[in-house]
Amino acid sequence: MSMPMYVSPEQVMKDRADYARKGIARGRSAAAVSYADGIVLCAENPSSTLRKVSEIYDRMAFAGVGKYNEFDSLRIAGVRQADLRGYNYSREDVDARSLANWYAQILGQTFTHEMKPMEVEILVAEIGPERDQSQMFHILYDGTVVDEHDFTVLGGEAESIAERLGASWSAGQDLGPALRSVVDALAGPDRTLASGDLEVAVLAYGNGRRAFRRLADADVDALLAD
Amino acid sequence: MNVPLFSLTDDPGPDFSALMRVMGLGPDLGAGATGELSIPHGTTVVAVRYGDGVVMAGDRRATMGHIISHRSIEKVFPADRHSGVAIAGAAGPAMEMVKLFQLQLEHYEKVEGSTLSLDGKANQLSQMVRGHLPIAMQGMAVVPLFAGFDLARKAGRIFQYDVTGGRYEETNFATTGSGGMLASTVIKVGFSEDMTAGAAIDLAIDALFRAADDDSATGGPDLVRGIYPTVATISAEGFERVADSDVASRFASLAERLTTQAPVGAETTDDRGDI
Repeated sequence: MSMPMYVSPEQVMKDRADYARKGIARGRSAAAVSYADGIVLCAENPSSTLRKVSEIYDRMAFAGVGKYNEFDSLRIAGVRQADLRGYNYSREDVDARSLANWYAQILGQTFTHEMKPMEVEILVAEIGPERDQSQMFHILYDGTVVDEHDFTVLGGEAESIAERLGASWSAGQDLGPALRSVVDALAGPDRTLASGDLEVAVLAYGNGRRAFRRLADADVDALLAD
Repeated sequence: MNVPLFSLTDDPGPDFSALMRVMGLGPDLGAGATGELSIPHGTTVVAVRYGDGVVMAGDRRATMGHIISHRSIEKVFPADRHSGVAIAGAAGPAMEMVKLFQLQLEHYEKVEGSTLSLDGKANQLSQMVRGHLPIAMQGMAVVPLFAGFDLARKAGRIFQYDVTGGRYEETNFATTGSGGMLASTVIKVGFSEDMTAGAAIDLAIDALFRAADDDSATGGPDLVRGIYPTVATISAEGFERVADSDVASRFASLAERLTTQAPVGAETTDDRGDI
């Protein structure tokens, strides 16, 4: 009779984390920054139909990087959770913090109990009922939640992009300068990104009840050219 | 933890009603409940097509038997950006149907990343009315009107329903509710092709005024409390509520027209000469 090989829990977790990180690093990054009128979300995404950034609820948006089918099923689950909550209680009772915790539970449980962790990093961004109450919850493959107010970066190269973004970001910027600093940070010193390589959306106070709005390539070009 | 992630066979897709069913939140149809209930009923709503879209309007009265149960109830709602829904019938179930319908369209849009066609939306509402049939049989019928701007055809379109979920597209106008027949006569006489938004709003207001004149369950303008019918236009720019002040001034000019003309049914002696 053969004995099953002993593998320490530390090793198991480390292997899973490495696996997830490798999967995430294969894809392109995304970033979100707060600006004068809300939050702008920007992902490097050459596809104009497969989305990385999308609407969850009135003042809430979702961004995901990594394996597309995995973060897309999380996105749909989030829309369902938010709509059910808003239907059962009230639209005001749907908030990013509870949704982020809920996502963290799913990702955490998948990470510890399933064979394969999800190869995703996701973001739940929300503009508050009043201005300057933006919140961004960055959730990692193992369920770790990080909350940010100014900006956050998702993906394999998050650290270097966040460093560049930190240098150029400042509070209360207009949309144009905010978007330019994100795009420059995503591109790095050796590349330039055009509107065709980008997916850009905003959560802005001027948009009425549903604050989420995608920016067309022409709008992005105009903002980047200013 | 109840996570709304499903196996491929159970997945409700972008259908919010189906999602509620699989999550065990479906509305309780109250099967087995019998007997007559006194519930608030909503009353005259109209939709009129004009050159650039559709005008929807509805009075504000809810009645319970012979009692006015509410003076400022809303019967015209945005369904999504380019469509609107107006209700007549039992107020409670009608409000719930509107809430679910709005959510259904928004949920589809968010999950799928694109909006339903206008026919698709009209069909969704048809299914909701049909699903409501068991409750309608108990005397709580809901009969909506649906209208919207069809972005593919670049024109306003109007859909009428019956209590079984039957859906009938109307070319020019539609009315529903207890005062619907009265309003419909006024619109039929006053309708012309390619009206301006202003002319269509005036026609809808006139129709509601005439309906309120003869139907006790339809409310007219309430000058004391400043309550006026809900009026909205739906065009390429989307659903827009007409301001109460605008509706009030249109009512004022309607009243002026009616009082300067010979009042209906009054003796007119001046042009008959001496007898």
